[in-house]
Amino acid sequence: MEFRRHTLPNGLEVVAECNPAAYSTAVGFFVKTGSRDESDQIAGVSHFLEHMAFKGTAKRTADDVNRHFDEMGAHYNAFTNEEATVYYAAVLPEKQEAAVELLSDILRPALRRDDFDTEKQVILEEIHMYEDQPPFGADDKCKAAYYGPHPLGRSVLGTAESISRLSVEAMREYFQSRYGAANIALVGAGQIDFATLVDSAQRFCGHWEPARAQRIVESPDPRQGFQVIHKPAATQQYAVWMAAGPSATDPDRYAAKVLAAILGDDTGSRLFWELVDPGLAEHAGLHHYEYDGAGLMVTTLSCEPEQVEGNLQRILDVYRAAQRHGVTDGELAQAKHKVGSRVVLASERPRNRLFTVGSDWVQRHTYRSVRDDLDAVAAISLDEVDQVLQRWPPSHGMTVTIGPRDQVKPPA
Amino acid sequence: MSEAIHCESLSNGLVLVAEPMGWLESAAFTLLVPAGCVYDPAERSGLANFTCEMSLRGAGRRDSRRFVEDLDNLGVERSESVSDAHVRYSGATVSANLPAALGIFADVVRRPHLPPEQLEAARQVMFQELRAVEDEPAQKVMIELRRRHYPDPWGRPSQGARQAIELITAEEIREFFGRRFRPNGTIVGVAGRFDWPRLRDLVGELFGDWPSGDESPVEESPPQRGSTHVAYDSNQTQIGVAYDSVPYRHPDYFPAWGAVGVLSGGMSARLFTEVRERRGLCYSVYATYHTLRHRGGVFCYAGTTADRAQETLEVLLGELVRLGQGVQTHELDRLKARIKSALIMQQESSAARSSAVARDWYHLGRVRSVEELGRLVDQLTCERINAYLAEHPPQDFTIVTLGPHALEVPRGVS
Repeated sequence: MEFRRHTLPNGLEVVAECNPAAYSTAVGFFVKTGSRDESDQIAGVSHFLEHMAFKGTAKRTADDVNRHFDEMGAHYNAFTNEEATVYYAAVLPEKQEAAVELLSDILRPALRRDDFDTEKQVILEEIHMYEDQPPFGADDKCKAAYYGPHPLGRSVLGTAESISRLSVEAMREYFQSRYGAANIALVGAGQIDFATLVDSAQRFCGHWEPARAQRIVESPDPRQGFQVIHKPAATQQYAVWMAAGPSATDPDRYAAKVLAAILGDDTGSRLFWELVDPGLAEHAGLHHYEYDGAGLMVTTLSCEPEQVEGNLQRILDVYRAAQRHGVTDGELAQAKHKVGSRVVLASERPRNRLFTVGSDWVQRHTYRSVRDDLDAVAAISLDEVDQVLQRWPPSHGMTVTIGPRDQVKPPA
Repeated sequence: MSEAIHCESLSNGLVLVAEPMGWLESAAFTLLVPAGCVYDPAERSGLANFTCEMSLRGAGRRDSRRFVEDLDNLGVERSESVSDAHVRYSGATVSANLPAALGIFADVVRRPHLPPEQLEAARQVMFQELRAVEDEPAQKVMIELRRRHYPDPWGRPSQGARQAIELITAEEIREFFGRRFRPNGTIVGVAGRFDWPRLRDLVGELFGDWPSGDESPVEESPPQRGSTHVAYDSNQTQIGVAYDSVPYRHPDYFPAWGAVGVLSGGMSARLFTEVRERRGLCYSVYATYHTLRHRGGVFCYAGTTADRAQETLEVLLGELVRLGQGVQTHELDRLKARIKSALIMQQESSAARSSAVARDWYHLGRVRSVEELGRLVDQLTCERINAYLAEHPPQDFTIVTLGPHALEVPRGVS
């Protein structure tokens, strides 16, 4: 296992964790742009643009793109979040160069008007699909309420209105400003031939304009509150509860992940024993999310509508008890075993390593091996977990609940 | 590449199948117990699922809290589910912890406490599962489709019905456990890094003295099929279409599976291209092959805004009918390329292989290695697929729609 890096003259970075023992190769372009880099006028353009990359280039039609990926037997896709747009393919090692050529071609999409109009319908369908699915948009609404006007408050999908009125010209302009070579990293994991990877990058991306994109990172000014959204057609009641957490560069972030496992993992956590095991809630969990300059501790709950007040109170009581008395040695050891084992199991697939290595690079400009991550988890002390509880109490924040209840009393 | 697959049948009928993957750090198991929801009594649908939930609430010398703590400390990523034929327990962890994890699950299937004082909590968990499905229209339509397409009890959902779950008693759970949890018909699939002689001995110790149970036949009643609309308050209409196929054990399985791959494997496949890419009718559309032991089916899905649902249904059915006219070499070549890399990538997941070897044993009474699967896929030709399709064109569709308005099923296709 070896980490290699190289920067092209136009600023495009090439990084890879090369594992000669792997069966497959994963490659991906990580573009440092997402919903936080948009304005309200063009909300959702990053994600829509990600779809448009598959709709054809100067030398390929949309059918060609999908056909060529399938012909090389690639497992490929793309996703967009608040801070990054990622295009990736997992292939057999002999297809490494072909995969990089195809991915780099779609990173320079044709953005044809006809395709744009057709794909707009698909995006609107995606928005409608999420509106019909739990938690029925409560996650986006909570983020908007919590962050207010801060760019992290924007929905990754955008809204039906912002997508409907988006023009292809506005998308082309956004593309020009965000897809410069210096804002993109080509990442590899698994059985990577690094010399060939650099050579491919130079041949296929060397002519890309270097333009470096800026991201304005302002500290958020999060809000507290409690909102109820009435959705009579829902069967269950859902709640999303957001509080501040350590950011992508905060050393507290490992302890925050372990804390989230202790308090709110799917099994064996305090929320599991208080709410899920007794059958009071279908689901209750706590997760940590990290961004550039901000972080979130997110609690999610789904349960029978009549039980939502009781359950929110139980969650608050669990958090307060932890904030007051800390957690135990036994809980810390259990969470470390669980998190550590997950790291090992996930690392067996190059495509999983690709996402970890890629996010480490675009978020922090660092490389961390599986061993580094295991060591960081193993080193966490009770004191550090306590500090995270004091600095980042999950109990303070914004709650949005959605479901058949038109009124819900906040926990006290 | 994979080494020989090991197999050991105990005298009580339990079978251990194990695929060594010495290049991994992990090992995984899939434990199939012949206690699936087809064995639910008619007025007690959900009993198998309820029994599975209760089996996790303490077993052997562990109470329910100790059970979860010990598995967490062993780093076991686990899941439990109930299918038509089986209660399925699976887990993956670092190789050294596999024996301890198997020991805990031997307690679960042989010595569960089924504690009466936790019956009501577990019943609430059952209700929560049922309510959760009500809010997932895409899942709900496919559950209804399967229920209508297969003969009962093979199409029934494991979650059961609320009225039945309300009536289930601790005694009924005990009785179901006693009757259905037994070694004959149980399959332990293992894959990953392990020492075969030690694993074989361990499984012998854990399960060898488990007494066999009696076989009980499953009685079938014919399905309703036809087309149905379920009224549902949503933006999108969910469309489900099913038709018959052959089971996994059938000599025509590979051509049948290949035809579905041309329809819906990869983004250049027909459904994605025609329904989403060309027409922008939906975000999600797919067809998937499903097998029971003695019959198979193809289940198709599309979700789209209500006012475009009629067109989506027509395009979807049109593609199914067109498939009956045959597939082309370039379509099959793409499918083979995808499968070739998928098979190699399966070698990177002990969990995927443990599930595959257990499933193979259930359907075939043997295991197809990754190499054998590769050869069988290589041998597949367009001629074979087209001969299969000529004999079994997609037809006699079962259709379920769910959404604000009913759709019109075009004449001549259902």
